[in-house]
Amino acid sequence: MKLTRTAIIVLLAAIFMMLPLIAGAGETLDAVKGRGHLIVGVHSSLFGFGMPDEKGVWRGLDVDTGRAVATAVFGSPDKIKFITLTTQTRFTALQSKEIDVLCRNATRTLTRETELGLTFVATNYYDGQGFMVPKKLGVKQAKELDGATICVLPGTTTEQNVSDYFRTYKISMKPVVIEQATELNKAFFAGRCDCLTSDASQLASVRAVAPNPDDYVILPEIISKEPLSPAVRHGDDQWRDIVDFAVLAMIAAEDLGINSKNLDEMLKSNDPNIKRFLGVTPGNGKALGLDEKWAYNIVKYVGNYGEVFERNVGKNTSLKLPRGLNAQWKDGGLMYSPPFK
Amino acid sequence: MSTAQNHTDGPEISQEVPFWHDPGKRAIVFQALILCLVFAAGYYIFANTQANLRRQAISTGFGFLGREAGFGIGEALIPYSAANSYAHALLVGLLNTLNVAFIGILLTLLLGVVIGIARLSSNWLVSKLATGYIEVLQNIPVLLQLFFWYSLFNDLLPSPRQSFSPLPGVFFSNRGFYFPVPVGHCAFGWAAAAFGGAALVCFLLRRWARKRQDQTGQIFPFWPVSAVLLVGFPLLAWSLAGAPTAMSIPHLTGFNFQGGFSLSPEFGALLIGLVLYTSAFVAEIVRAGIQAISIGQSEAAMSLGLKSNLVLSLIILPQAMRIIIPPLTSQMLNLTKNSSLAVAIGYPDFVSVANTTINQTGQAIEGVLIIMVVYLILSLLTSAFMNWYNKNKALVER
Repeated sequence: MKLTRTAIIVLLAAIFMMLPLIAGAGETLDAVKGRGHLIVGVHSSLFGFGMPDEKGVWRGLDVDTGRAVATAVFGSPDKIKFITLTTQTRFTALQSKEIDVLCRNATRTLTRETELGLTFVATNYYDGQGFMVPKKLGVKQAKELDGATICVLPGTTTEQNVSDYFRTYKISMKPVVIEQATELNKAFFAGRCDCLTSDASQLASVRAVAPNPDDYVILPEIISKEPLSPAVRHGDDQWRDIVDFAVLAMIAAEDLGINSKNLDEMLKSNDPNIKRFLGVTPGNGKALGLDEKWAYNIVKYVGNYGEVFERNVGKNTSLKLPRGLNAQWKDGGLMYSPPFK
Repeated sequence: MSTAQNHTDGPEISQEVPFWHDPGKRAIVFQALILCLVFAAGYYIFANTQANLRRQAISTGFGFLGREAGFGIGEALIPYSAANSYAHALLVGLLNTLNVAFIGILLTLLLGVVIGIARLSSNWLVSKLATGYIEVLQNIPVLLQLFFWYSLFNDLLPSPRQSFSPLPGVFFSNRGFYFPVPVGHCAFGWAAAAFGGAALVCFLLRRWARKRQDQTGQIFPFWPVSAVLLVGFPLLAWSLAGAPTAMSIPHLTGFNFQGGFSLSPEFGALLIGLVLYTSAFVAEIVRAGIQAISIGQSEAAMSLGLKSNLVLSLIILPQAMRIIIPPLTSQMLNLTKNSSLAVAIGYPDFVSVANTTINQTGQAIEGVLIIMVVYLILSLLTSAFMNWYNKNKALVER
C-alpha cells in the first residue's frame, strides 16, 4: 500500500519535471501579451541609463528603450516590469527566458551574437571606452599612463580593451578589478588607482557623483567601439523585428521631425513618410503584428530619440553628454533609421 | 547510507519469508531505487541543459581554456601576461587563493590559540580583552570587515608620492607596502637548503631527546638548541657563499614604486579581515577544548609539581587537541571559502579570475563548474589532511 503511494508520488514528480520540456514556450510576443506586461532586464544603478530616481520611478536611456517596446506592444509604457541584472547575470537571464528583452548597456560583439545565442538590435547608444584621471596627476593623454594602476570594472569588454591598448603601445599597467561599481569608484576617489577606465558615458556618470567632479578629467582617447544595443534571444524573428523597430521608431521620429509635442499636428501632415510612420496610412503595424498606432504611441508616451537622449543624459542633466556619435546622420552622427515602409 | 540490517533470523527462516517481508532485502531494494532516481535526476538535468544550450545555439565545452585570455591580473605569483591562455590565468588566480588561504590559516591558528588561552587567563584585564575581541569580531559579517579594512587602507594611507616611510627603504602608501629585499643571489638558495637541513637535524634531535628523557629522565634544552641551529646553519651557508648584501630598495618612478617586495592593499585587507574574523572562532574552539578537560587533570599535574606552563603544554593541550581538531578543520575550510569574498575588494583570487573568464567567454556553466570543482578539491584535501592529523593525535584507547 505504502509502496504504491510512493510510486505514484515519484511518477508524478517525474512527469512534473518533464513538463518544461514538453511545453516549450510559444512565440515571445504571445507570451508577453498573455502575461499582460513586458519584462525588461536593466542596470540597477547606472545614472542616465538605468536607475530608479528618488521616488522609485525607473529612469534612463535603457529604461526608456524598454518602455518604447512595451508601448509598441501594449500601447502603454506602464505595462512593464524591470529586473535588475549584473554584468554576469544579464545574458543568462535572457537565455533562460527570465526577461523578454535586455536593455542594459550591453556591447554588441561577434561572440555574444553567435556563441551566446543572442540577437542585438538597433544600437541605442554609441559608446567607447575611455580613461578618467585626477587632474592633479597632470596626465594629458592615455599613452602617458605607463606603469599606472588602473581601476577596472569587471564583466564587460573593458578589461580586455585596456589590456589590448597597453599591449599595443608596449606600456605596462596594473589592474585593480572590483566587482561592485560603487566600491570601485570609492577606491578610485580614495586614490587607490591613478586611473579609472570604463565606457565614456559611464565615466561621465561616475564623475557626476564624485565628491568634487572638477578634480577629474576624462582623457581624449577612446580606445574601443561600444555599440550599446538591446538584445533578444536567437530564434524568434518576429519579436526581434518588434524590438528592433521600437528602437528605430524613436530614431526615425527625430529624423522626420516628429516629437511628443507636435505629434498630433503631424497626424495632419501630407508627407507620405510621416503618414506611414504614424499609422495614418496603415500597413506597418500589421506587418509587425502590432497595432497601427504603435509608432505614434512610442513618440507620444516615450518621445523621439533626441528627447529621450536629452532627458536622460543630455546637456541639462548632470552627465552633460554631447550628442557626438549619437546625433542623427544628418548632423554627422551614426543614428540612422531605415525607411518605415 | 548503509542501513542494510543483518539481523534476519537465520537462513532457514528467511527462505520461507517472501523478500518484501524481509527488512534487509527491502532496504536494499529501496536503496537501489533511490540511487536510480538520483542518477535519473542527474541525467535529466544534464540532458536538459545540453538540449537547451543546443537549442539556443550556445557553444559548450572547455575549448576556451586554451584561448588567449587577453586581460591583465594585478598580482601574480608566477609570470603572467595578457597573452597567456585562460587556463594559465585561472592557475594564477588559484595560486593567489592558495597564497592567502595558506598564510591566513597559519596566522589564524597562531592568533586563535593565543586569544583562546588568553580568554581563560586568571588576569582579569587579559581575559576581558580576549572576550571583547571574540564577541566583536565574531558578530560582524566578514564582508563588512573586509570593506572596513580595505577602505581604511585606501583612505588613511597617503598616495605614493607622499608615502609614509617608518624606516629607510620601507614605504607605506595606498598602493601597498613596500620593503627592501636582497637582490637574488645563489647564496640565498644555499641558505634555504641549509635551513631545510637544520630542520631535519632538529627533527632527529627531538626524537633522540625524547628517547633520552624516557630512559634517563634528563631534559634536553631542545628549543634553544634548535633555534640556534635554524638560524646558524643558513647564516653560515650565506657567509660561505660570499655574504652578498646588495639590496633591492623600492624607489618611486613614474606612478609607483619599483623594486623591493610589495604587498597590495587588497591582499593586506583580505588577509587581515579573514584572519581576525576566523581567529575569533578558533579562539572559542580552543577555549572550549581546554575547558572540556576535567579540572582534576590540571590538579593532578600540579600536585606532581609541574609548573603551570608545563601543565598546559604536557597535560591539557594534548588532550584538548582531540576535541579541538575536528571543528578547527571546518574553520580552515571556512577561511579558504571566505577568501572568495576577495572579488568584493579587488584581490585577484580564483573566483575573481574565473568571473572575468566567464564574462569574456560567456561560458558560465563551464566556468561555474570549474569554480565548484576547484573549491571541492581544496576542501577535500584540507579535510583529508586534518583527518589524518586527527587520527594521529587521537587518544589511543584500550
